Order: sequence, then C-alpha cells, then structure tokens
Amino acid sequence: MSLEWMYWTGTTAIFFTTIFLMLVGMLIWELVSPTVERRGFFLIPTTRGTRFFLGLLGSAYIHLAWLGLTDLPLWYATGISVVWVVIAIRWG
Amino acid sequence: MEKWPNNKAWFLVLPAFIIVAFSGIIPLMTVVNYSIQDIFGPGEAVFVGTEWFKEMLGNHRLHDALWRQFMFSGLVLLIEIPLGILIALAMPKRGWGVSASLVILALPLVIPWNVIGTIWIIFTRPDIGLFGVGINSLDLLEVPFDHTAKPIYAWITLLAMEVWHWTPLVALLAYAGLRAIPEAYFQAAKIDGASAWATFLYIQLPKMRGVLTIAVLLRWMDSFLIYAEPFALTGGGPGNTTTFLSIYLVKLATMQFDLGPAAAFSLIYFLIVLLFSFAFYQALLNVGRGEKA
Repeated sequence: MSLEWMYWTGTTAIFFTTIFLMLVGMLIWELVSPTVERRGFFLIPTTRGTRFFLGLLGSAYIHLAWLGLTDLPLWYATGISVVWVVIAIRWG
Repeated sequence: MEKWPNNKAWFLVLPAFIIVAFSGIIPLMTVVNYSIQDIFGPGEAVFVGTEWFKEMLGNHRLHDALWRQFMFSGLVLLIEIPLGILIALAMPKRGWGVSASLVILALPLVIPWNVIGTIWIIFTRPDIGLFGVGINSLDLLEVPFDHTAKPIYAWITLLAMEVWHWTPLVALLAYAGLRAIPEAYFQAAKIDGASAWATFLYIQLPKMRGVLTIAVLLRWMDSFLIYAEPFALTGGGPGNTTTFLSIYLVKLATMQFDLGPAAAFSLIYFLIVLLFSFAFYQALLNVGRGEKA
C-alpha cells in the first residue's frame, strides 16, 4: 500500500504519534483507575476523557491564537498548552 | 454503579470505528499533512511549516466569511427552532390530518439541494417568478426585488429557502417528542388548572429536550457547513455578501488549487465546528439536569 498520496512529513507523523500515545495513555490510566464524573471549573459534569478532549481542543486554539497574534516561536504556545492540558485534567 | 465484568461488547463498535477511520480520520490526517506543505504536483511538496495557518488567520476574506457564517447560522437557529416547535404544537394529534401534515412537511426534505436552489431562483425571479412578480407589483420596494440586486435581498431569499427546506425537520422531530409524552402529564396539568403556557413550559418543552438537542445540533452543523444552496442561488454574490465559509473554501481549494491554504482553512473551520457542537451538546444535555425526568 503506497501512502504517497497522504504526503506524510516527519512533523505530522510525530504529531499524530503523540496524540495516539496520549490516547493509549488515557486508556491505560482508565483501566488502572476508572474515572468518576465530577464538576470542576468547566462547570459541567465531566469525565477524565471529556477534560482531555477539552484540553486538546483548547491547545489547538492556543496554537492558533499564538500564530495569529504574535510572531514569537510556536514552542511557547506548546508549553502553554501542556500546562493547560494538565490544568484541564486536574481541575477541570 | 456496578461494573460489568465482561467488556467484549466493545468489539461490536469495531466495524463502525473502521468505517469512520477510512471516511474521517485518514482524510483528516491527509488534510493536516497538506496544511504544512506547498504541494505543486504529485510528489512535489515543500515543507512550509505554519505559513498557511498564519496566512489564513490574517485573511480578511476569511474573517468576513466567518462572520457571515455565524450570522447565517444564528438566524437559522433563531427562526427554525421556534417555528418548528410552533408547527409541531399546531399539528393534529389524531385522525387523517396526522398523515396529511406529515406528508406535506416531509416534501421539502426529499428535494435535492441543487433542485431547491433552482426552484427558488425561478420562484423569486422578477420577470416570471411568483414571489418576485408578486412583491414587485405591490410597488413597496425602492429597488425592485431581485435576489441578485441587493445583498439584503439575497440574504432574505437564502434564509427563506433554508427555513422552507429545513424547518419541517425540526417540526417532525418536535412532533415526535410531543407525541412521546404520556397522556397522564396533561391530565395532571388539567387537574392543577395549569394554563396552556404553563403546560408548554413545564411539560412539553422539558420533555422535548432530547429531540431539540438533535434538532439544534443538526441545524447548526448543516447551516454552518452550507454549500449547495447559496452556490446554486447566488454563487456567493452579490459581491461577496453571501460567500460563506464552505463557498470560500471550495473556491480556494478547487478553483485556485491552493491546497495548502485550503487545508489550513479546513482545519480552522473544523475546530470551530467542533467547539460549537460540543458547547451546544453540553448545554442542551445539562439544561435542567438534576430535576426528575
């Protein structure tokens, strides 16, 4: 099977692998200690998976905002995103 | 809650997952790959990093299309949801009227999108269209009605078309929700001497939450991704006044063949749809949660 039409690059391969590994990590975490639905600062009842989803979605928006508003390197946005995902999962 | 010891039922989800992988996830991955490269032809691609995203985020035509899109989807929801509920409330509950109204309501839903565009072009034409000739013969408008003449006319025609096409769906869903309410609720309301408004507010509306969730989500996503109707009716004009996101996206991707910018644009579009769908879903799921169903 040729995957040439997908135009893979190293960057996107790393990107998707990271997402995949995070999902696997979430799965293992869930098997080790199942999530309990609760209310955090998102104000809606969320499971760990929902908070993770919001963490990722928020990260995408953080990166877009960074690109649109500043000319600084994108790595800062990535750093903020990591902090954001941790905050979202812990207190969201 | 007791945990089910055997989780093998999850394997039944596998076929659906594989189909989604082929129809959704792999194309999405490809779009992500496109969005960071400048593709000249088969096998000729140059890595450009976030350049397309930067370009698209600062693109004024995209900003304008985005605002138009929000305005359009907002108006669609504001008109179609209350109107659909009103129609459902007014529909007969038994007898031959039920089948008759169901068939009449279903009619607009079975007509293909591009045909709908053609129907409305003819319907609103100022020389032969029933609506166009009719409203112009009243001599009320400063500029004679023609959906290509003024942006506001184009918008009115588009909104009327969208409402005519999709309000029946909302009405049918709301009707199904209404019919599913046990008669006992209405008897209890009658005993308490509740007014029609109170019955609606405290029995019918809460009981319709499920179907209205689906209606709002479907209408939101469909109207936010609308393409065929404005393409057939106005082609995005006059000027750019009805160029919605998808119309601009198709222009970019297939007419100018700017695959990279179009891919970056698609991903931004996708993120917006994702966020709003999630927000609507959660909002409707959690309204009145905690009270007894």
